[in-house]
Amino acid sequence: MKKSILVGVSLLVAALVSTPVVVMAADTDAVSSANSFNRLLQKPAEKNLPPAEDGIHDAENDNTYVLQPPKIAFDSLVRSDFGNYVDWIKSLREQKISPRNERMGGGEEPMIMDLDIVREVRGSMPDVIFPHKGHTEWLQCSNCHPDIFIPQQGANRMNMAGILLGQKCGVCHGKVSFPVVTTTCRLCHSQAKPEGWAPSKSSASVDNPWQ
Amino acid sequence: MKIKGLVKSMRYALIGGVLALLLPFSASHAEYGDVVINNYADAAGMRPVVFPHWYHRIRFRCKVCHADLGFAFKAGGNDITMEKIIDGQFCGACHNGEVAWSIENCGMCHSGIPNTPTQIHGSTVQRLVAPSYKSMNAK
Repeated sequence: MKKSILVGVSLLVAALVSTPVVVMAADTDAVSSANSFNRLLQKPAEKNLPPAEDGIHDAENDNTYVLQPPKIAFDSLVRSDFGNYVDWIKSLREQKISPRNERMGGGEEPMIMDLDIVREVRGSMPDVIFPHKGHTEWLQCSNCHPDIFIPQQGANRMNMAGILLGQKCGVCHGKVSFPVVTTTCRLCHSQAKPEGWAPSKSSASVDNPWQ
Repeated sequence: MKIKGLVKSMRYALIGGVLALLLPFSASHAEYGDVVINNYADAAGMRPVVFPHWYHRIRFRCKVCHADLGFAFKAGGNDITMEKIIDGQFCGACHNGEVAWSIENCGMCHSGIPNTPTQIHGSTVQRLVAPSYKSMNAK
């Protein structure tokens, strides 16, 4: 047993030592890797990997292999293109899942409030419609009010830089509820600017003496 | 050494090779919303806890844990200890052999790779190529 592990390791070392030579030979003819596309972007190669392969769970831990692989759980749910690749709102509304509203099940039905809040956006992005409906299907009022959002018009200043760093909507969005990425902008920024709206010009350009 | 031993060695080499290939990409594969909690675990000689949000939100609405059980919306911000869990607080409200597995199954929760820091995996902050952005209006 020990001997075979030893030989196994030496075979691996031999394989690892020999591969870079081949790669380097090929690289000398190629374009410098310093100028590759998507230099800073690391895309996951595969979606919804089982725990033992996800880079967070310890593959040395026997219990890791007993945990449910996400792919099996997500198979019957409505899928999306981001986050867990599950559309949680649709999965709930189409009753693909039936999450409990109380720890032991039963109890009161969630109090769903169908009220949209429109937030005008200063820049050129479409205005934001915040739907209470989707939120109250999962949460109760005290989860957000009054600690995160003061329930009063005009009382909650926010911007995307803060949201990206975990403030306001960013307390959940960008962590557990849908992520803040290019493909999700229009999920919130969903109301077109009023007709005739034009972005204000920067004074640095308006006052530009060379123009 | 017999052929059988050689086959075994090649198997170890293969497994090692596959692990070595996976290593550089390992950080980016876990589920969105997986929380690693390592406030005290490593220091106590236990693997850090991995909490899968996806598994729990299939079964519970957010409010059950984040309102009824009092979990703050902050990774590592809840000061969870095993003593509180055996008293029925936090995870212990369900992980008591009634709703979900009881706590003698240590390694089911304490399943993270040792020394992994407390984090929410796949969060926007982790995806930013530079740590922060300062608006020109910022004070």
